Amino acid sequence: MIKEDKVVTTTCPYCGVGCMLNLHIKENVVYKVTSPFDAPANKGNLCVKGRFGYDFIHAKDRLTQPLMRKNNELVPATWDEAMNHVAERLLEIRDKYGPDSIGFLVSAKCTNEENYLLQKIARGVIGTNNVDHCARL
Amino acid sequence: MTNSIADIHLADVLMITGSNTTEAHPVISLEMKKAVRQYGAKLILVDPREIELAEFATLHLRPRSGTDVALYNAMAHVILENNLANDEFIKTRTENFDAFKEAVKDCTPQWGEDITGIPAEMIVEAAHMYSQARSASIFWAMGITQSSHGVDNVQSLANLALLTGNFGRPGTGLNPLRGQNNVQGACDMGGLPNVITGYQTVIDEAVRTKFENAWGTSVKIPDKPGLTVTELMQGIHDGRVKALYIMGENPMLSDPNINHVAEALSEIEFLVSQDIFLNETGQMAHVVLPGVSFAEKEGTYTNTERRVQLVRPALPIRGDAKLDLDIICDLGKRLTKSNGKTSNDVIHQITDWNYKDASAVWDEIASLTPIVAGMSYQRLNPNGLQWPCPTADHPGTPILHKEKFTRGLGKFTPLVFREPAENPDEEYPFVLNTGRLLQHWHGGTLTRRSEGLDWVVPEGEIQINNEDAQEMNVTDGDLIRVTSRRGVVTGKAKLTSKLPRGMIFMTFHFVEVPANKLTGAAVDPIAKIPEYKVSAVKVERV
Ligand code: SF4
Repeated sequence: MIKEDKVVTTTCPYCGVGCMLNLHIKENVVYKVTSPFDAPANKGNLCVKGRFGYDFIHAKDRLTQPLMRKNNELVPATWDEAMNHVAERLLEIRDKYGPDSIGFLVSAKCTNEENYLLQKIARGVIGTNNVDHCARL
Repeated sequence: MTNSIADIHLADVLMITGSNTTEAHPVISLEMKKAVRQYGAKLILVDPREIELAEFATLHLRPRSGTDVALYNAMAHVILENNLANDEFIKTRTENFDAFKEAVKDCTPQWGEDITGIPAEMIVEAAHMYSQARSASIFWAMGITQSSHGVDNVQSLANLALLTGNFGRPGTGLNPLRGQNNVQGACDMGGLPNVITGYQTVIDEAVRTKFENAWGTSVKIPDKPGLTVTELMQGIHDGRVKALYIMGENPMLSDPNINHVAEALSEIEFLVSQDIFLNETGQMAHVVLPGVSFAEKEGTYTNTERRVQLVRPALPIRGDAKLDLDIICDLGKRLTKSNGKTSNDVIHQITDWNYKDASAVWDEIASLTPIVAGMSYQRLNPNGLQWPCPTADHPGTPILHKEKFTRGLGKFTPLVFREPAENPDEEYPFVLNTGRLLQHWHGGTLTRRSEGLDWVVPEGEIQINNEDAQEMNVTDGDLIRVTSRRGVVTGKAKLTSKLPRGMIFMTFHFVEVPANKLTGAAVDPIAKIPEYKVSAVKVERV
């Protein structure tokens, strides 16, 4: 039997049921997922996605560095380059066409805190209410 | 959901409509089945397809696609006609009843049958069953909302619950099942064009001032709602929208009418994609920023029963990727600095984009958002809390609308039945319906990378009724071409008796067979949700 290095209790990333998960970790790999019996939403039940759908975390094609389009091709860039470019272009476009020429899509897959801060940038820094997400779809 | 997952099994009658719960919300379907098998509840299932829950149903109503309002208006008519309504509840807790009564006056069961195709006796039986229950709950998902009149559909269900007083008690209520894990949270956090956190509307000057002061903004929050996703795409076409910042979404796959989206995104001046994979949207971006997966971050998600729950980091960050929160704060700093303010500018009173961690961001949210004001990470550990939770000693709210509705009285909405935007006709004789499969998730970005899941269901199939297929000489695995007014998709046919005749069913998990090339651009005028469930198509053998 494998002995895990640690077990981390967290929340399923797939659907709105919000099942509680125990991720069993060995050498920084999720090798098993269980659920506590006293979990409020799922009482220890999980569906096939929640129990087995974790290869994506370790997928080889996960993005690990910023990319920028140069000569119509996406090439690796440093964070400083990429972030400066984003900030500059957004401000340029805002100055030229007004704040409502920029839109922000937050995400039904991201956390509350991430969504809050991105809409804070839209409303409080850029000055637009053009904030939405794709999940009404 | 007005109610909680934990009280599903306490309902005498469950009415499930427009939700293939087994596939889309598997663990909730377990509770529904438990209610039926273990606790003897009756199940009214409303779905044109013979989905798995049909095996558990006492009554299975199979309406013609897009005729929900007619069915529920007819049920209301029966309830009123036979004095089965909850008069006390109507009198003390609702308003606009007379207008509603007038609106359903002529919606007889026969009228309902003529429109929906459901036998009048079954409509009568369903009305009796639902209204006579001690407690009856209604569940729905995208089958109700993804319609050109999704708001009407929801209101027609709300009318039934008001009519029978099915609110505020265990096993009752109106229970929309949210699709993605944090749709509820994205909406709660102001991820909508018309509201900031906790549904505080941008139209309200006091709300705007509160946030402007707290955030110390140098710009004004506009007093008009912004553009929705669908409008943003249109705006790019019209040249009004020049830049889009997309975090953790792939509108190339999830939007209706993807040809239109692809065109828009290729025309846009500046596109940023913040994601963990280079998806179809990222490939069109000017800058791609690598965030991290749920297993590497701290934060909260809010589930479909309004429960805010902790997400805890389990793995180290990979490569040069960054926490999504850090990316946004970095952007915030660069934008405000270039705005002419330095990082120690007093204008940024609360945090100045220097948050210690996710819990510090949460504390700021709580300080500005009455419905979650009483929640802190400490209190959310281990089991989360359901909003509203206004104070630090409030236990959270498993059941909404106990003594009164949020708006005071529950309001009946008189509704007129309207046909879907696009019905089948001679040229396009089939109805295309779209939905989910248990094994895959949304655009497939995550699940299709799981070897086990992709092995079980590797291909997107086009489901078609047996008899329809026979008439066209199509058998399992034959290639068929599905054409709508907006696009063409070719894929393998899968024959099934579970679909009614004249219906085609496809999922939107597969890039190779993208159902959304076919779906319509018609949207609900209020909710702005596109009509995914009814598009007219023609089908040919290739
Ligand atoms: S385990 Fe299945 S039912 Fe539970 S939240 Fe995850 S996807 Fe949804």
